[in-house]
Amino acid sequence: MQAVGKMTWIELKLKMREPIGVFFTLVFPLLLLFLFGTIYGNEPTPFLGGHGSVDNSVPGYIAMIIGTIALTGLPVVLGEYREQGILRRLQVTPLSSTAVLGAQISTYIVLALFGTALVVLSGMMVYGLAVPSAPIAVLLAIILCCISFFSVGFLLAGVMPTANAAQAVGMALFFPMLFLSGAAMPQEVLPDALVNFSQLLPLTHVVNLLKGLWFGEGWDVTAVVVLILMFIIATILSAKTFRWE
Amino acid sequence: MNVIEVQHLRKQYGAVTAVADISFTVKKGEIFGIVGPNGAGKTTTVETLIGLRKPDGGTVQVLGFNPQTDASELRQRIGIQLQQAAIPNRMKVWEALDMYATFYDHTVPWEPLLEQWGLAEKRNATFSKLSGGQKQRLFIALALLNDPEVVFLDELTTGLDPQARHATWDAVRAIRDQGKTVILVTHFMDEAQELADRVAIIDKGQVVALDTPQGLIDGLGGNNRVRFTSQNGFNPEDLRPLSGVTQIEQQGKQVIVHGNGALLVNVVLALSQQNFIPTDLHSERANLEDVFLSLTGRTVRV
Repeated sequence: MQAVGKMTWIELKLKMREPIGVFFTLVFPLLLLFLFGTIYGNEPTPFLGGHGSVDNSVPGYIAMIIGTIALTGLPVVLGEYREQGILRRLQVTPLSSTAVLGAQISTYIVLALFGTALVVLSGMMVYGLAVPSAPIAVLLAIILCCISFFSVGFLLAGVMPTANAAQAVGMALFFPMLFLSGAAMPQEVLPDALVNFSQLLPLTHVVNLLKGLWFGEGWDVTAVVVLILMFIIATILSAKTFRWE
Repeated sequence: MNVIEVQHLRKQYGAVTAVADISFTVKKGEIFGIVGPNGAGKTTTVETLIGLRKPDGGTVQVLGFNPQTDASELRQRIGIQLQQAAIPNRMKVWEALDMYATFYDHTVPWEPLLEQWGLAEKRNATFSKLSGGQKQRLFIALALLNDPEVVFLDELTTGLDPQARHATWDAVRAIRDQGKTVILVTHFMDEAQELADRVAIIDKGQVVALDTPQGLIDGLGGNNRVRFTSQNGFNPEDLRPLSGVTQIEQQGKQVIVHGNGALLVNVVLALSQQNFIPTDLHSERANLEDVFLSLTGRTVRV
């Protein structure tokens, strides 16, 4: 356990030294918050179901952080770790494979929570973002979403031959979801056909789950089932496909 | 006491036989060289010893452990420097040691290791900023963190400049002098000859010779050479009746006299009697390279 903790801590420091990663997981969500916060403010509006623009957007920004890490960060880093022989070096220590992968997962969960904290605290301080009615449930939901999405990241790292390929496919999966799921912009501006289509995208369920809990509407059962199923399938597949070298 | 016992090891990758039939034992406290050309099966053999590969045949024991079933206990007690291994580019030297130290039940303090391996000034440098030699020294320091009984060094000096290579050789001797057993895998014959107490020469997945470097060279018979540049009117065949001469070879104007005993003195005397004093005349000792050539008919480096 000490090893996993130390590795998580040092990996977090490494993430902070990676300018592109820091930008997309920590800075970009803040930019969106301030951009749209400045334009639309946070006054309740019937167009957004009686919620303010900031209240309506922040759960989406959290989904964006989780999606960015899972699809454009984690698979690329693991692909590079494999290509450069970093995993190979770890593999010949007494540390178990589970501990190595566990440290990676906990690193990215902490990173996602850190990004979330930045955007939530900024939203509260600057725009009077509504405090979620069930904060613990929101936290648990974020962790569920992380684990589910990160398992897809591991799968991508396993099936893609190189880090570059993982990056290309990860982005191709992530960006359409980012705009259609309600993560980067409200689904209220999308035509009905696209909103219906977006139900097929896993990130939509992250947005729905987090929004529901934030606004005190309880757990979105469909979203929970989708995310757990995705976790089970991706984990089974990545156990078969993950390569250490 | 045997630290490593390998018997009839065999390993296939699909249709390719990486290791056909390899057996050897390593004694406590020796530097054991495993040499051979690239693709001979050296790395596969080592990967089997540290539990990274499952043998298709034969048995392997390291410190009494089966590397397949007891990998975790075994790795507590061995140190490993691998080919094609790395730490993340943005990780600092001290962070790597600090992190790897948590992986082991028993470790030595890492600050003195940094001093000892000349990395004290680089403790805050990131991995990507280190030179090739510094990276290798960091890998050695990582391999020694757990005060291992056996240290595996795989192609330690590949890619290093001559100065860094010689410094690394001193380092390997220093490890042995601490009482550790060293498995040195290399395709450099001079490195094995310089460092190893005993050498297994591996070719095409088999051990073709196993002895001390001197024993292997002595086994060649005629193990000295005298080399000089010929001049017009000189017939090298005149040297053939000399005592100790076994073979005379001509490469263009170069004459190479193979033989043993007092070969150099006999050749010089014979030449001076003909009033022929070549200025570039010198004597060469046979080396492991020659041993490999005579065993396989090929040179190690292509």
